[in-house]
Amino acid sequence: MSKELIRLANCTMAFDDEVVLDNINLYINDKEFLTLLGPSGCGKTTTLRIIGGFQTPTSGDIFFDGVRINAVPPHKRAINTVFQKYALFPHLNVYENIAFGLRIPKTDEKGKKVKLPEEEIHQRVMEMLEVVNLKGFDKRHITQLSGGQQQRVAIARALVNKPKVLLLDEPLGALDLKLRKDMQNELKRIQKAMEITFIYVTHDQEEALAMSDTVVVMDAGKIQQIGTPEDIYNEPKNAFVADFIGESNIIDGIMRADGVVEIFNRRFRCLDGGFEKDEPVDVVIRPEDVDIVPEDQGQLKGTVTNVTFKGMQYDIIVDFYGFKWLIQTTDLSPVGSRIGIKIDPDGIHVMKKSHYSGMFGDYSSYSEEYEEISDASFDPDEDQEGGDEE
Amino acid sequence: MKNKLSLFAVPYVVWMALFVVAPIVMVVVYAFSTADGGFSLSNFARMGTYAVIFTRSFKLALIATAICLLVGYPVAYMMAKEGPGFQRIASVLIMLPMWVNFLLRTYSWMSILEKNGLLNQLFSAIGLFDLINSVFGTNIQYFKMIGTSGAVVLGMVYNYLPFMILPIYSVIIKLDNSLLEAARDLGANSAGVFRKVILPLSLPGVLSGITMVFVPSVSTFAISRLLGGGTQMMLGDLIEQQFLGGAYNPHLGSAIALVMMVIVVVCMWVMNHFGEGEEQAVML
Repeated sequence: MSKELIRLANCTMAFDDEVVLDNINLYINDKEFLTLLGPSGCGKTTTLRIIGGFQTPTSGDIFFDGVRINAVPPHKRAINTVFQKYALFPHLNVYENIAFGLRIPKTDEKGKKVKLPEEEIHQRVMEMLEVVNLKGFDKRHITQLSGGQQQRVAIARALVNKPKVLLLDEPLGALDLKLRKDMQNELKRIQKAMEITFIYVTHDQEEALAMSDTVVVMDAGKIQQIGTPEDIYNEPKNAFVADFIGESNIIDGIMRADGVVEIFNRRFRCLDGGFEKDEPVDVVIRPEDVDIVPEDQGQLKGTVTNVTFKGMQYDIIVDFYGFKWLIQTTDLSPVGSRIGIKIDPDGIHVMKKSHYSGMFGDYSSYSEEYEEISDASFDPDEDQEGGDEE
Repeated sequence: MKNKLSLFAVPYVVWMALFVVAPIVMVVVYAFSTADGGFSLSNFARMGTYAVIFTRSFKLALIATAICLLVGYPVAYMMAKEGPGFQRIASVLIMLPMWVNFLLRTYSWMSILEKNGLLNQLFSAIGLFDLINSVFGTNIQYFKMIGTSGAVVLGMVYNYLPFMILPIYSVIIKLDNSLLEAARDLGANSAGVFRKVILPLSLPGVLSGITMVFVPSVSTFAISRLLGGGTQMMLGDLIEQQFLGGAYNPHLGSAIALVMMVIVVVCMWVMNHFGEGEEQAVML
């Protein structure tokens, strides 16, 4: 996982003066599982479509294996796509859907059109059916398949062409939760087995963390952060990333010295440094990094205002001086009780102020926000950013 | 009745029973009987006499349908692919003639195609006949257009072309763009996308276009009489004669109508049978 395969250089995309992608710079390594993660309209699907060749950036360049491919049409790229709603051909059966790409004559070195022999097509289609666990489904009609099976046909149809890169546009969006989890493992397994690059678009942060080697967090047409899932979760670059990935309390703080941050006029030890003295910062504290202690032993003291039982833990909302935190704990603290909290230095993450500061982090409107975050069932109609709207 | 709203369908159901089912029953009864009222197959025995007219009707209708398809498909395709501006203009232009009375439209073709009609006057004015005559040493004063099978076919194409364009257009416009992108993604160039995806998926539109052009074409009588000048008698004319003309014989007329109906139904059945797979696919 070292060789660079795709590079987007200063890519900007605008539709009628509406900037959808704003100067994107991104490189993707060979055999990497990279995820473009962000909310609807962040530009992730546009980025994917630029790589696939369905859109040409307004400005900027895209390179494949060092060669500029801005003007190369989709059918001449060694890239295949799994579309959001599968886009299987309804007039063909499973076998013919998968064989579609193989049946198209390829141009050889001498410029001659060559057709694959029927035996090879048959062999490759059958192999692929096995890879996606659809053995024996070859004669089925597309309409006779469940969503998960259609999904796997779409993956097989793309992979059978042995692309160097597979693009996946919210491929699990229409599946139910259980099936999503299975398919996540399945995709990861296929990617490892086929040894090709996957570029995956999703708005589901859990999915992104679970599957990716590299996560690219996007918002408003800009890349907010690129990193491993651990980096993204543990060291978010700004309040947007911290809020979008997992749950976080984002609090105004002041950096008093390297390793010392002040929140609510109290000083906490932390592991961050490199800030100006007395620089205002955003402080991220993950709900699971907070220890609840008796009130008199706490670094901060607050009142529990809401308790939700989540199975593995309680989600409790605690009011500290008018700012509401989400804390996850296995011990029940009833609503109305006064508690104290302690935070270890490695539970505190300090970020530079950005234009996202102050937009997230307060759980005053917890219930609504929670609804939104936990809504794993994805309605494709809501997410039009990659579709006709553009 | 499950739904109170279906009560509103009762008038039409009654209408259908009275004016669709009953007439067909009457046609059948008439076809299998003679003027004295007894059962007879004699009407069908005479059918061979009219083989020429049967052949001509189906031949001209087939030619007209084929031309409509060849002309109409590209137009429908363009309408679906071009922007909404072109779409609007094209559909108005296609629909506009249909707001003018059918007979009037056909009469105007008469005055265009006549011996001294607009076309021949135009050809004469630009010196086309002089040119031909000087080159080939002939003595042509006009082209005979009216009264030919070509004129009949032209009339059919002109009148029924919209019925070919519109169903094809409405199928193509509904094609999911992601299917076309998927085909390109899998390596198909524009021609490949058309041949392997757009064409097969638009077949249901083609089939209903063919039905909607072929059926009225094969049974037309006004067009063949006005533009065929009496020399291009078709089934519609023949049947009309049996009911209104001097050859009054509704039993024979019914028999001819019945045979034509059976042939058309068989044609449609065979065609739709072939198209079944695609039809299902588009239902998706």
